[in-house]
Amino acid sequence: MALSRLASSSSSSSSTVGSKFLKPLTAAFSLRRSISSDSNPITIETSVPFTAHNCDPPSRSVETSTAELHSFFRQMATMRRMEIAADSLYKAKLIRGFCHLYDGQEAVAIGMEAGITKKDAIITAYRDHCTFLGRGGTLLEIFSELMGRVDGCSKGKGGSMHFYRKETNFYGGHGIVGAQVPLGCGVAFAQKYSKDEAVTFALYGDGAANQGQLFEALNIAALWDLPAILVCENNHYGMGTAEWRAAKSPAYYKRGDYVPGLKVDGMDVLAVKQACKFAKEHALKNGPIILEMDTYRYHGHSMSDPGSTYRTRDEISGVRQERDPLERVRKLLVSHEVATEKELKDMEKEVRKEVDEAIAKAKESSMPDPSDLYKNIYVKGYGVEAFGVDRKEVRVTLP
Amino acid sequence: MATLFQGVGAATAFSASNKLHLPSRGSLSESKGSIFVVRSDAWMNNLLNLEARQPQRLITSAVATKADSSASTKTGHELLLFEALREGLEEEMERDPRVCVMGEDVGDYGGSYKVTKGLAPKFGDLRVLDTPIAENAFTGMGIGAAMTGLRPIIEGMNMGFLLLAFNQISNNCGMLHYTSGGQFKIPVVIRGPGGVGRQLGAEHSQRLESYFQSIPGIQMVACSTPYNAKGLMKAAIRSENPVILFEHVLLYNLKERIPDEEYVLSLEEAEMVRPGEHITILTYSRMRYHVMQAAKTLVNKGYDPEVIDIRSLKPFDLHTIGNSVKKTHRVLIVEECMRTGGIGASLTAAITENFNDYLDAPVVCLSSQDVPTPYTGPLEEWTVVQPAQIVTAVEQLCQ
Repeated sequence: MALSRLASSSSSSSSTVGSKFLKPLTAAFSLRRSISSDSNPITIETSVPFTAHNCDPPSRSVETSTAELHSFFRQMATMRRMEIAADSLYKAKLIRGFCHLYDGQEAVAIGMEAGITKKDAIITAYRDHCTFLGRGGTLLEIFSELMGRVDGCSKGKGGSMHFYRKETNFYGGHGIVGAQVPLGCGVAFAQKYSKDEAVTFALYGDGAANQGQLFEALNIAALWDLPAILVCENNHYGMGTAEWRAAKSPAYYKRGDYVPGLKVDGMDVLAVKQACKFAKEHALKNGPIILEMDTYRYHGHSMSDPGSTYRTRDEISGVRQERDPLERVRKLLVSHEVATEKELKDMEKEVRKEVDEAIAKAKESSMPDPSDLYKNIYVKGYGVEAFGVDRKEVRVTLP
Repeated sequence: MATLFQGVGAATAFSASNKLHLPSRGSLSESKGSIFVVRSDAWMNNLLNLEARQPQRLITSAVATKADSSASTKTGHELLLFEALREGLEEEMERDPRVCVMGEDVGDYGGSYKVTKGLAPKFGDLRVLDTPIAENAFTGMGIGAAMTGLRPIIEGMNMGFLLLAFNQISNNCGMLHYTSGGQFKIPVVIRGPGGVGRQLGAEHSQRLESYFQSIPGIQMVACSTPYNAKGLMKAAIRSENPVILFEHVLLYNLKERIPDEEYVLSLEEAEMVRPGEHITILTYSRMRYHVMQAAKTLVNKGYDPEVIDIRSLKPFDLHTIGNSVKKTHRVLIVEECMRTGGIGASLTAAITENFNDYLDAPVVCLSSQDVPTPYTGPLEEWTVVQPAQIVTAVEQLCQ
């Protein structure tokens, strides 16, 4: 009965041709739905319209499907669970150093993945655990890397701020604020040079938006027509400094001036998806564009920051109640009767179990060998290994 | 006791905590075969009244296309150093379509020192890129492009300007191969003229070798003749590691006859400029010519200095240097770098650590004064090492 209602709602909204095609098929489905076979298209309106600068905003109606909504929920639950688990691991001193958590901002990572392909490149700053997961990383790799084990994605030598995944074009993972944006424009340049028909998303925060190298890189990208999309994940706080104290003009999407910009509700995964699709099409034709994602982080800047000295707990819980991305998708799924509350709770339990298993497995992974200290400093070329200033090999051996 | 170690594995090096192995006192020269760089200028030969010395063998390096055993000095073509650099660059750009050049005024203008003249019309403006004045951004972009597989050559109009890109060079260029666990290679070449010129003022007479030398993951080379300029340029482009190629403003118009055949030099090897018996003089870049001028005086006074152009600033070619120290037992380092924390300081430490038993006298290091380079002529002359000072130092050392 839910299926027929779905079919009628999709036909009434006159969205895709596919709905007409799928109607006879949906009737044949049993009531026991499995996620993968269920791909009824739905059109949903974003919560807030897009605000545009120097361009025409995309439409508010986003086409999605039930399967996609399911996957959104599952991925977001995984990310949420993963970040909270990382919090406990940090407090248990298994993760050391810096740990910047992404919970609250999951919609940006997931919406972006939904709007692009793995051929497109993503580069971000140090708040990269969830972006890495979205790019195809596994929980085991993440937890191993956080705990400094060999099974980590960077073999334990990078840490929380240096996750990379070359196969799916994830370029990291960078500790210095703003330095990843010129790198991202360089990746976009390489994509244009090699005629890849792909784009690069260079993510940065509202704090990094005041870096000079951003404007330098944006100027070059606009001059050379590079397929670069600069995405400002505006969580309104640059560590402890609120955006109104750091930026004279907090309209980050307008800062490109000659470069068009779009302001997006970053807690609405469908809006993010629509914006990223739009941006990709734009960048391939017209060069760079800036996206500003209005989002929020529940944790402090990092694990050493309680997150409440510069903002009130009421503000945090207010955002959690009204704008939480996970809850939004949950409500969508329930209101469109794609899943019941209980099914979603079960899914969350599954996710929790997955995360716990990954942590257990990561704890068993070994610490790196001492000889790993010297690996990968140089790419082995000409048969010479060079450590520091003194060459530790007598001869140049020809390969 | 010879302290050169034969290919010690990293594990043993680590466990021995930097105490170097002392193999039995065998002959060091046997281990290397005869890979030697003997290529002095024809005019140097005449000046020093040495017997006509046939270059035994042209440099074989890992990527030499032909091992030219019949070296003849009269074939080949004459050109200036900047033309040699351009030839090397052009050959590599023809050979590999992934090689591109980016820098200020490298395209239409032809390069501020004409190194890239004629390349833009030939290869197009996607391969020879004029950048705006934004060193931080275009260095970052070059590194980002290199992460995807391109091989950019980043030109700093003057090496001193690259201080603005220090973050990109240190954190991203040098470290990305390591922090990504070996996933990304950064095959960039960063090159540009540096050194004290003719009254260019303090900010345009910088020697950056000292600042860059402790960045892990990069290699540094300094060219001094048209022959090694072309060879090192080609080797640097073919290397999978980031290489910083230091050129000198005053050496661009040196003329020499170089072979017609293709040749590539080894990035890690030093060049024996003049074999001798009494004292080893280590030098690089422009100071090589001051040393050779002093050598003329010294020979007339009856000394027999061995002059080695170290060429590879990181890592040092301790094999060649060690063999020389073993022979002469006295070392003089002549460099243009600053006294504090310069290349000479590191080299002094390396020699004293490794070859202390072979030294009859303390290592003497002549370097530039620790002052900003003055504009006025006589003071600028006194900032760098002059041949008279070299002669005095040799006489004192050889007492």
